[in-house]
Amino acid sequence: MRYWFPYPLLSLALLMLWLLINQSVSPGQIVLGSMLGIAFAWAMVNLQPDKTRLKNYRRIAVLAGHVAVDVIRSNIAVMGVILRAGKRPVNSGFVAIDISLRDENALALLACILTATPGTAWLEFDRQTGVLMIHVLDLENGAVWSDLIKRRYETPLKEIFE
Amino acid sequence: MSHLTDLPTWAAIPVCILLLAGSAITLIGSMGLIRLKTFYGRLHAPTLGASAGTILICIASMITFAVLQNRWILHEILIIVFVILTTPVTLMLLGQSALYRDRIEGQNDVPRKAAGEQPDTTGMDI
Repeated sequence: MRYWFPYPLLSLALLMLWLLINQSVSPGQIVLGSMLGIAFAWAMVNLQPDKTRLKNYRRIAVLAGHVAVDVIRSNIAVMGVILRAGKRPVNSGFVAIDISLRDENALALLACILTATPGTAWLEFDRQTGVLMIHVLDLENGAVWSDLIKRRYETPLKEIFE
Repeated sequence: MSHLTDLPTWAAIPVCILLLAGSAITLIGSMGLIRLKTFYGRLHAPTLGASAGTILICIASMITFAVLQNRWILHEILIIVFVILTTPVTLMLLGQSALYRDRIEGQNDVPRKAAGEQPDTTGMDI
């Protein structure tokens, strides 16, 4: 089974992508999409990406909910900062966070989350020391930020990927 | 080609609100590029357009064409997914090169690496 379907989730995602692009769920498109999905999964084997097994699917839903709320909240916060930037100096700064995540896909997802929420920008991750450097636009307290990211994102990501 | 006037009022109102909100947020994000003074601060501004702006405008487009063509329109979701997936690549590239350059130039307000090798400045012409 694993031989024929090396990356079942990727194949499924590609099938969804194909159906969305073609805007149809006709049997013909499903067959064509499945064939493409499976064929591209074979191509993926040659790229040798890190194999990760997703665990704890309920955690994924909770994390997605948290991210959605944070995106809305930080959008409003950053808008406020930009609109008030003329009157009040922007208090931005760097925050270094010790991160124990090592899985590449988990780190990539963390980068997507941190970038999608305005107000935090991923700058640098040191693989040897595990120190992640981010830049925060509205910095009140570095320790609070570091704590927030560790608790809200790192812990669930660890549970999902590792 | 366009039949936007056929859009019933109950659909037109939320579409207008979403569209205006999305474009206003993108505009504020672009204004941030001028109003924020440091490069690292400016990194944050365009993400407003990339996250909330894109999402709101895509939802407005989904509602419009779903109502006009009387069927589910979902492929705008792909735009949202791909924009969110690809913006980190550019932002990290810009952020890292700025950090690298500031470290080499010895700007004091940039944190140095905690451990590991420092950027090699010998033989570099700045």
